[in-house]
Amino acid sequence: MLGKLNWNAIPFDQPIPLAAGILVFLVLLGVLAFITVKGYIPYLWREWITSVDHKRIGIMYCLLALVMLLRGFIDALMMRSQQALAFHAPGYLPPEHYDQIFSAHGTIMIFFVAMPFIVGLMNFVVPLQLGVRDVAFPTFNSVSFWLTASGALLVNISLIIGEFAKTGWLPYPPLSELKYSPGVGVDYYLWALQIAGVGTLLAGINMVTTILKMRAPGMSYTRMPIFCWTSLASNLLIVAAFPILTAVLAMLILDRYLGFHFFTNEAGGNPMLFMNLIWVWGHPEVYILILPAFGVFSEVISTFSGKPLFGYRSMIMATMVICILSFMVWLHHFFTMGAGGDVNGFFGIATMIIAVPTGVKVFNWLLTMYGGRVRFNTPMLWSIGFMVTFVIGGMTGVLLAVPPADFVLHNSLFLVAHFHNVIIGGVLFGAFAGYNYWFPKAFGFKLDERLGKIAFWFWFIGFYVAFLPLYVLGLLGMTRRLQHYDVPQWHPWLLVAAFGALLILCGIGFQIAQLIVSIRTSDHRRDLTGDPWDGRTLEWATSSPPPSFNFAVLPNVKGEEPYWGMKLKARETMHLVTDEPQYEPIDMPRNNPTGFVTAFFAVIIGFAMIWHIWWLAVLGLAGAYATFVVFAWRDVAETEISADEVARIDRANRAIRTVVLKRRPKQ
Amino acid sequence: MNRIALDAYDPNRIGHRNDDAHDAKGHGAGGQASTRIIVGYGFWIFLLSDIIMFSAFFAGYAVLSPATAEGPSAAQLFDLNNVAIETSCLLLSSFVCGLASLAVDKQSQLWTQAALFVTGLLGLAFLLLEIHEFIGLVNQGAGPTRSAFLSAFFTLVGCHGLHITVGLLWLGTMMAQIFAKGFRQEIHYRFLCFSLFWHALDIIWVAIFSLVYLMGVIS
Repeated sequence: MLGKLNWNAIPFDQPIPLAAGILVFLVLLGVLAFITVKGYIPYLWREWITSVDHKRIGIMYCLLALVMLLRGFIDALMMRSQQALAFHAPGYLPPEHYDQIFSAHGTIMIFFVAMPFIVGLMNFVVPLQLGVRDVAFPTFNSVSFWLTASGALLVNISLIIGEFAKTGWLPYPPLSELKYSPGVGVDYYLWALQIAGVGTLLAGINMVTTILKMRAPGMSYTRMPIFCWTSLASNLLIVAAFPILTAVLAMLILDRYLGFHFFTNEAGGNPMLFMNLIWVWGHPEVYILILPAFGVFSEVISTFSGKPLFGYRSMIMATMVICILSFMVWLHHFFTMGAGGDVNGFFGIATMIIAVPTGVKVFNWLLTMYGGRVRFNTPMLWSIGFMVTFVIGGMTGVLLAVPPADFVLHNSLFLVAHFHNVIIGGVLFGAFAGYNYWFPKAFGFKLDERLGKIAFWFWFIGFYVAFLPLYVLGLLGMTRRLQHYDVPQWHPWLLVAAFGALLILCGIGFQIAQLIVSIRTSDHRRDLTGDPWDGRTLEWATSSPPPSFNFAVLPNVKGEEPYWGMKLKARETMHLVTDEPQYEPIDMPRNNPTGFVTAFFAVIIGFAMIWHIWWLAVLGLAGAYATFVVFAWRDVAETEISADEVARIDRANRAIRTVVLKRRPKQ
Repeated sequence: MNRIALDAYDPNRIGHRNDDAHDAKGHGAGGQASTRIIVGYGFWIFLLSDIIMFSAFFAGYAVLSPATAEGPSAAQLFDLNNVAIETSCLLLSSFVCGLASLAVDKQSQLWTQAALFVTGLLGLAFLLLEIHEFIGLVNQGAGPTRSAFLSAFFTLVGCHGLHITVGLLWLGTMMAQIFAKGFRQEIHYRFLCFSLFWHALDIIWVAIFSLVYLMGVIS
């Protein structure tokens, strides 16, 4: 009846996961009880859970990422403390548990922190920057988000029911085959990622279509803000790479569930096929993450330097070149496979070539700052911190791209240091820069600058203290994922690294404080202008938070940096560029629970498949199909916002902008 | 000072064009596309991603097809007659799907339903033939667990079959919807997507036919 599920699935004998699971469960229960008692559920259901508004979905994506960041970071703290203690000692984490922690840490940080954060920022910002009212397929957007959240939920369920994979964040066969991983850990991984992956693919299709087919009049390709360009590149990569992940995970599922022989040791299976396919997805994946972060930095640096982005067109070229090259380097993840000198040479050189367009970008950012009147607000600090950190990470990457060097450093902590250097220093700093930069747009008030800056410095210094020792350890020969060790030279460096992790913990603490303090004092920090940073792109042309329809009238784009152009003209003439338009009613897509219901059934299907509860899986599939039919049968897809309502909202925005304009001294 | 005139000498604007004065210039400046274009375009992107997924299965098959583990090889197993009938069913089905699109344009309930029914029937025939082939293989000890080659074969061809199954489900739902709700605007978009999907499956099948069956028999 319940497949493999029974009371043994709950780890009563392991206090740490049990306590953690119960804690998460209690917190969830507490939050649910709180919102029920306060009567927030109808509001949340109506305005957020069923929302198809790209801004709200973007915010929910970012929220998911922030919550999962805490989970992933706790894993990181446990690993650092275990390694700090486990010199000539077993430490406090038994190997089976330690293996789950490093696997969960990687999986969560990539799929449920970095991805949702980046996708969330794109979701929120891109339609606003393009000057349009929504994405191409609003309901699919909601489906995408809820499927991602379903994957995250499954990973967290594994804390308390069963176990998570012990294979690392990419389940390399034959270790991940049924024979060597008989538990449900790998199955949790596989189904969580399949479900979240479908969500990401849909998000990618949605965003590509939005950027290529829905732009305000006059917004030609070479007038799109650079963040839209990097988002386009990133989503093209999603569309091209995620199907490969789906395929390769499906192959592993077939191996594990039906006894196929894709990657097994016997009957002709070929584990290296898995390595190749997973990295054909996996390498573009890192560019899926970093390219939008590059876009954030470009916007932030240009805004806070008060200058147009230096070399806008070369930035586009660099972005698209990286987009293409990212598919030609996957083999550098396993130079040691033994493909021979020619193949390794090709992939080594291809990898080094990526440094060229990336270098173009770095110089463009530097030259954007050069001669500008730079304001060191929090987003700008993250951006400068990124430039320093990312260049170091890039250098060690070029070093690893040399096959002979890679043979020495393969699978060592040097590698771990390298990819944390680029992912934290690049993607996460970018996400935080974007979070501080667009927060006032999303909520109408600024985050606290002082706490934000303190958080930045803890993160920045903490990062170096935590990860530079790992470079040294890698050169000292320490391999990754060691549960204990007996090399005395390693111990002091691991202690330093653990201290660094504590500094980062302080950084996260200050970020939480920043959020809480800012919300509590939001009345004092309101931004009524809708343009708190003196921005240059169209999202700053509307009020903060933007109305559901974003723009009362779609802006007519003249030139690059359309909003900057409008502002300059307005400042010259001391008059808003456009006269008050003839307001017309606007049709907006209607909120609907399709995404949430789909995700509900996806969780059921995933859970049922993990535990071999076949009837439940069939039921879940039937439910998913029924949801599809109900959605297809709907009669009313849109709601109308009356012209009066549009006029009321837009007149308020125009009034405040006129006041701001008059207040400024003429330039 | 006129800013636009200034720009031409401004080193800070390297990499920018001084087209501020123009309304719209270059490509894609015409504003939002129509819903029909957006829906069709989005579906095209989805199809491309689907084809990429198939390419991964093709790559798997290419790598594993020699790995027969002393079991039967492609040349011993494949029956081209069966494949020829399957192919005819599928291609005819697409032809009738094309006829259905004419009927949808004319908004003729009768002809649309008839054409879609025949489309589905031919698709179902294809599917049954494929299942028959699979059962035959399993019965002669050449199931997917026999060797890596057969795992890859069953997955690749079965994935195509799964797409056909989903297509049939979609088709049936759409027929019911046209019957119940008539030719609404969305139906036209959805039919556009369905016919793209159905034709794309032909393209995949042509690749399977040539790369798996024909080359398998030759080798």
